[in-house]
Amino acid sequence: MTDDLTRDRRRFLTRALGAAGAFLLAGCNRLSQTEWFPQILAYGETASAAASRLVASRASMAQEFTPADLSPQFRANGTANPNSAAYQALLANRFADYRLDVGGLVAKPVSLSLAELRALPARTQITRHDCVEGWSAIGKWKGAKLAALLDTVQPRPQARYVAFYCADPMAADGTDLYYESIDLEDAYHPQTILAYELNDAALPVANGAPIRLRVERQLGYKHAKYVMRIELVASFDQIAGGKGGYWEDQGYQWFAGI
Amino acid sequence: MPSSAAESPPAAGYVYYRHTLPVRLMHWVNVVALTVLLMSGLQIFNAHPALYWGKSSYTGVPPLLEVAAMQKSTGDVIGVTRVFGREFDTTGIFGVSRDRDGEMSARGFPWWATIPDNQWLSMGRAWHFFFAWIFFLNGLAYVLYGIGSRHLARDLAPAGSDWRGIGRSVVDHLRFRHATGEAATRYNVLQKLAYLVVIFGVLPLVLLMGLAMSPWMNSVWPGWVDVVGGRQSARTIHFVCAWLLVAFVLVHVFQVIVTGFWNNLRSMLTGRYRVSAEARHDR
Repeated sequence: MTDDLTRDRRRFLTRALGAAGAFLLAGCNRLSQTEWFPQILAYGETASAAASRLVASRASMAQEFTPADLSPQFRANGTANPNSAAYQALLANRFADYRLDVGGLVAKPVSLSLAELRALPARTQITRHDCVEGWSAIGKWKGAKLAALLDTVQPRPQARYVAFYCADPMAADGTDLYYESIDLEDAYHPQTILAYELNDAALPVANGAPIRLRVERQLGYKHAKYVMRIELVASFDQIAGGKGGYWEDQGYQWFAGI
Repeated sequence: MPSSAAESPPAAGYVYYRHTLPVRLMHWVNVVALTVLLMSGLQIFNAHPALYWGKSSYTGVPPLLEVAAMQKSTGDVIGVTRVFGREFDTTGIFGVSRDRDGEMSARGFPWWATIPDNQWLSMGRAWHFFFAWIFFLNGLAYVLYGIGSRHLARDLAPAGSDWRGIGRSVVDHLRFRHATGEAATRYNVLQKLAYLVVIFGVLPLVLLMGLAMSPWMNSVWPGWVDVVGGRQSARTIHFVCAWLLVAFVLVHVFQVIVTGFWNNLRSMLTGRYRVSAEARHDR
C-alpha cells in the first residue's frame, strides 16, 4: 500500500519533471523565434560590452606569447580559398596587382600595393586567436599598424568606424562578400594590424592572403581575411545587413570581446 | 533560514517560518538562471565539442575530451566520445543523436539538452550572456543579503558544535537518518559545508572561468588566465564546474525528496516548514 503510494509519487514526480522540462524547452525555442525576445536578450550584450570597457581600458593589451606557445599548425577557418574570379586572378599573379583602397571619410584616400603596405610601420606579435566556436590557436603575426595607415589618410572628424570589405563570397553564387567593422579606438590600438605574415612566412591563402585584419581582444570573426578595401564611415547602418559585419548580420554580437 | 524556536513548541508538531521571502525568490531565480546557463552552455559547447588543457587548442596534444560523429567502414555513422584517449560508442546521446524529427544527426549534446534545440550558436550565446547577468546580479544580491541579514552567519557558517559532530553527521547521512524535531530546524554540518562550497567555491569559479574565456577580459591583466593553465584550461574548468553543479543539484533534489518532498518544497515556496511531533522521540 505504502509502496504503491511511493511508486505513484515517484512516477508523478518523474512525469512532472519531464513535462516541466519539455515545457521549458519548447518555451525557450518559441521565444528564440520571436522578434521581441532576442531584443531583450541583447541587453545582456549591451551590459557585457559596457562592463568590458569599464574593467579593461580601451588601450589594454592582449596577452602576447612566446615561440614555444605557437600552434604547430595555425588552424584556418571559414573561407579556405575565395571562390571569385577577381580573387583568383590576383592569386594567379601572386598578388602583384593587389591594391588596398582606403577611402570614405578621410582627407587623403590612398591605394596601396603590397610593397607599400610592407613599407608602413609594422608590428610583430604572437597572439592567441579565439574562435567564437570555442577553440584557440596561437600564431605569430606581422603586419602594418592600422594606426599608421590611418595617420596617412587622415580620418575626418565624422568618421567613427573602420569598415573592411573582403574578397570572399559567403554565398555559393559568389555574392554576399564578407565584411567587418571596428570602432576608431580599436583601429588605433597598437596591436591592431593588417597582417601580411603568419609564422614568418607570407600569409597563406587559407588564413586570408594577402592581408587580414588582426584585432586582438576580440573573437576570430572580427579578424577579416582577404581585405580588399577599407572605408571610414560615420555609421554602418547602410552597409549590407546594417549590423556591422557578415556574422553580425546573422545575429552575432558586434562587440566580440566575449 | 531557521528562526529561533526557543519558545517551547507544541508537542503535536508545529510549523515554523524557515525561508525568508528574499531567500526564496533568489533561490528560484537561481534555478531558472542556472538551468538556462547549463543548456545554452551545452549549445555553445556543441559548436566545438572538444576540451583541452593549456593556452590553445592546437598544441600537438590531443583533446582531453572530444565528441565526434564517425563513419564506420560499413557506412554507418556512429557517435564517438573520446576521454583521455579512450574511445566510447555513444551513438544516440553524444556525437550522433536523433533530432526532433527522429532523424539521426551529428550533434555534441542532443537537442533536448540545449537552448535553443537546433544548432544555433549566436542564439545560444545571447541566452547564455543574458542569464549570466541575471545569475551574477542574483548571486551578488544573495551574498549582500546573506551578510546584512546575518543569514550566512546564523544559518550557514558551521558552529563549533557542528565541527565536533561532523563524524556523526557523516554516519547519519550514510544511514539515511534525517534530522527530526528541533534538529530539523537547522542545517546539518555537511549540508552547511555543501552549500558553502557551492556558494563561495563552485559558483564564483564557474563565473570566473567564463570571464577567463573572454579575450577582452584577458587584457585586463595580460596573462592572468595562465594561473589556471590558459584559456583552454579555463574552458575545461568551466565545463567541469557546470557538471559539478548538476551533481550538486541531483544530490540536493534527492535530499529534498527523501526528507519530505512536499514539506521542503512548501518551505521554499511559502517559507513554512512543518516539524513533526512523533519524530522528536528519535533523538
